Amino acid sequence: MIINHPLLGPRDSAEFVYMGDAALIDRPDPDTASPEDWHDYAYLRDNPAGEHRELWFHEGGDRSWLVVTRNTVTHEISKVELARDVARARGRST
Amino acid sequence: MTQPNRLNGGLIDHETRLKFIFDGKDYYGHPGDTLASALLANGVRLMGRSFKYHRPRGPLTAGSEEPNALVELRGGNRQEPNTRATTAELYDGLFAKSQNRFPSLAFDAMAINDRFSNFLTAGFYYKTFMWPAAFWEKIYEPIIRKAAGLGALSMRADPDEYDKGFRHCDLLITGAGPSGLMAALTAGRGGAEVILADEDFEMGGRLNAETLAINDAPARDWVVAALAELSSLPNVRLMPRTTVIGAFDHGIYGAVERVSDHLKTPAEGKPRQILWRIYTQKTLLCAGATERPIAFENNDRPGIMLASALRTYANRFAATPARRVAVFTNNDDGHRTARDLHAQGVKIAAVVDTRPDAQSSSDYEVLKGAQVIDSKGRLGLTFAEVKLADGSTRTIECGALGVSGGWNPNVHLTCHQRGRPTWNDDLAAFVPGDTLPPGLSVAGAANGSFSTHGALKSGAEAAKKALGLKGRLPKTPQAEDAPVSQTPFWYVEGCARAWLDQQNDVTVKDVKLSHQEGFRSVEHLKRYTTLGMATDQGKTSNLGGLAIMAELAGKSIPEVGTTIFRPPYTPVPIGTFGGRMRGMEFHPTRLTPSHFWAKERGAVFVEVGNWLRAQWFPIEGETHWRQSVDREVRQTRASVGVCDCTTLGKIDVQGTDAATFLNKIYCNGFAKLAVGKTRYGLMLREDGIAMDDGTAGRLAEDHFVVTTTTANAIKVYQHMEFVRQCLFPDLDVQLISTTEAWAQYAVAGPNSRKLLQKIVDPAFDISNDAFPFMACGNITVCGGLRARLFRISFSGELAFEIAVPSRYGDALMRKLMSEGEEFDVIPYGTEALGVMRIEKGHAAGNELNGTTTALNLGMGRMVSKAKDSIGSKLSERDGLNEDDALKQVGIKPLNPAEKITAGGHLMAADGPVDASHDQGYVTSAAFSPTLDHMIGLGFLKNGGDRLGEKMRLVSPVTDLTVEVEIVSAHFVDPEGERLRA
Repeated sequence: MIINHPLLGPRDSAEFVYMGDAALIDRPDPDTASPEDWHDYAYLRDNPAGEHRELWFHEGGDRSWLVVTRNTVTHEISKVELARDVARARGRST
Repeated sequence: MTQPNRLNGGLIDHETRLKFIFDGKDYYGHPGDTLASALLANGVRLMGRSFKYHRPRGPLTAGSEEPNALVELRGGNRQEPNTRATTAELYDGLFAKSQNRFPSLAFDAMAINDRFSNFLTAGFYYKTFMWPAAFWEKIYEPIIRKAAGLGALSMRADPDEYDKGFRHCDLLITGAGPSGLMAALTAGRGGAEVILADEDFEMGGRLNAETLAINDAPARDWVVAALAELSSLPNVRLMPRTTVIGAFDHGIYGAVERVSDHLKTPAEGKPRQILWRIYTQKTLLCAGATERPIAFENNDRPGIMLASALRTYANRFAATPARRVAVFTNNDDGHRTARDLHAQGVKIAAVVDTRPDAQSSSDYEVLKGAQVIDSKGRLGLTFAEVKLADGSTRTIECGALGVSGGWNPNVHLTCHQRGRPTWNDDLAAFVPGDTLPPGLSVAGAANGSFSTHGALKSGAEAAKKALGLKGRLPKTPQAEDAPVSQTPFWYVEGCARAWLDQQNDVTVKDVKLSHQEGFRSVEHLKRYTTLGMATDQGKTSNLGGLAIMAELAGKSIPEVGTTIFRPPYTPVPIGTFGGRMRGMEFHPTRLTPSHFWAKERGAVFVEVGNWLRAQWFPIEGETHWRQSVDREVRQTRASVGVCDCTTLGKIDVQGTDAATFLNKIYCNGFAKLAVGKTRYGLMLREDGIAMDDGTAGRLAEDHFVVTTTTANAIKVYQHMEFVRQCLFPDLDVQLISTTEAWAQYAVAGPNSRKLLQKIVDPAFDISNDAFPFMACGNITVCGGLRARLFRISFSGELAFEIAVPSRYGDALMRKLMSEGEEFDVIPYGTEALGVMRIEKGHAAGNELNGTTTALNLGMGRMVSKAKDSIGSKLSERDGLNEDDALKQVGIKPLNPAEKITAGGHLMAADGPVDASHDQGYVTSAAFSPTLDHMIGLGFLKNGGDRLGEKMRLVSPVTDLTVEVEIVSAHFVDPEGERLRA
């Protein structure tokens, strides 16, 4: 597969390490989250046949974490974003 | 030595002789020959024995789809089993043996299997040899394995190199027949970067094997001119002997180039094969078509082959299996074979055409509406028995029979991403479907354009379309444009044994039996009968099987469907996939800065991940590793020892939020750590389980150096980047791994300070007052060399870790050794390191094993409740905090002579020994030279409150029961006085 890195352009997937569901960005707020929220965050993942937002780490490159939107059936990649930008857009900061 | 069946002409150099040996006998052939063509020219038709029944077999094809003519090519450690004689290029001195026969090809004792074929039908291994069960492993399986199977491995290491490479292009064309060449000319002239790959050593495809004309001249002339032009274009790369084996995601294709297979041995420094990864915008599949046989009784005798193969051997290789041949066909293409061979002076005994309205010939007899119903000849064809249109039979004498049942487009690559081919009624064949791999298009015979004109034209058009080229296409050369109509004719009725898959010995009857027994889906049919499961993947047999299945099920062939086509298109040696990654090159080897020095000292090394670390340093007189390790431990504890700990991960953390960041990744607090101090830190996973531990030293307000375990260095760095980028994206903090930038040595033992004081520049006071336990700082050594010093201890002794830039690592180790002579300094390896950390009760990988929590490790109180950190919330879960939670303890045998084994479980002193009475387990064990008996670390339910309890350590697997006492995990210096000395 080829991942179109937002900063570095098209790179072979062999340069990356896969981690899975990008929902890991949505870490519960430690001040307000319930134990159930933490359980869901730690253990539950969607496993769709189709479009999936997932985390890839450019270990053999610039060490960016990316959010790659990939179709798990066709492997078509429709979007690649810096995970940092995604995290900020989802309200994460410090 | 003569070549009785050598003809004139062809693409071989008749003037040059190449000697070769097959089954111990000398022959010769010519440059341009394959092993199969040279053997046929020498009058050899019998080249192998079949897989199951050991029936005599000769080549069915002249290409890579060959099921029968498999040989062991080369000898010694280069022996290569199951090599297709039909693609093996002849070279001088070639050595090959037939396989799957004993004692010889002509007399094979295992041919007895053929007599027992009634017992060896479809699915026989599911039905027979079932009883008694114990016989399977000891008796049946070894016998079957010996009887079946193909060539043998040499069981020796392959001396040749294999390589991997990467190429990029605008257009990849797979196949250099008429459509591929025309596409390459079009794209090449249009300025595109083109790769033209062909599995053959001679590009040209069928044009090399036919007597067709292009622009009123021999087609080969056009091929030569086209190749000359393509070679002259700087933007076109020709890759002969290169098979495109698979279409992978996003325009990546795998291709195997056989760089040296046509040579006796690879040229110096050259690989045997290269696995290419080709990145391309567009791909044009011009893979041509494969002729399909017709199944009839005994249709597998040597001499019976595809009509197109017969023609290829005659036209291209100037060879014929016999001087008197016949043809069995259901289409016009078979007649082409008869015409070509007749023109070469080969006697055509008859053309048997199933069609009553077949064309006639003035040169030979055409038997219209007739079928070949049987063949004769023990080790090769002698007679074909024909049923004529009027129902009478006739025996025709012939040494070869060309069979043509029509052509199947080679759609394989179009289906590598789960596409399915579609059925074309006019061709009675599958053609590429609608769902192709993105960027791939198909031209020529692979797309059903079977005429030469059609192939040339479609190649040019497809290239233009794929690349969006503007302007006029190159003029399509003139060539035959005969309409193609194929009517299906799969097998002759009423046969006892008509062979479909010749490599796996599957007959028409086997397919019928499979259907009868309920294995009706094509995928079941394939696995039950093994049809298409051999090394040729059923290229000549699958469709026949499907057709019969469809007929029996009363369905159409497209309704029955095909099995899934998967890469690779043709077999690839494992060595090619491995490339250079074998032996020591299987993964990178990381050497520590003191490696070469350690080697000089005669160290024994151990692999730790990619690292090679010194395990112990034997000295003269030591014959057992324990002697060395015990000495290293004693000497370190008595005076001073040095250990290379460069392999521990080092991560530089800088930024105004560095402390805040460390507070997130470590469960214990770091914000208040003073500059110049180091602290032990425990990292948790988000689920509350311990992930890794290490130290973090604060070199400045905004600068920490984090260490990780050797094993987790990469994972921890990745995790820290995840936390930094994905969870807290606005923290001002930067990370970089400096593991390899610093050579770091532990200097441990009561004399460690005295030793270091000889090296550390006088400006830096490292006395206990100035540089106490857990201090850290930037210093210089040896007169100005920058260094870092940490007063940390894994051994439990007064100890330091000193780091210098890696390039000074070797010199620093030598310096420590020479300056330490007065203290009898010794180097110690990973074993002594392990013994000392067990003696001290420090957790390591065995304890941080992915199931343990801070509480288990005796560090429950370290998890700060005053702040949020990764894993802190879920570490509070009830399930991880039960009253009888496992706690780390020490274990010692009541009888000091007895053994403690890691992996053993702890049980009460009496009572049952079973899983429900399990109390805990031992994670680490070692002989302690300090205590003079074995000791262990382990986890015990509520262990903290059970010190002094007598228990049993059991290992039912190794039949071990030892009486032990539960003690503190800190066997040595529990108060830490030595650390602080």
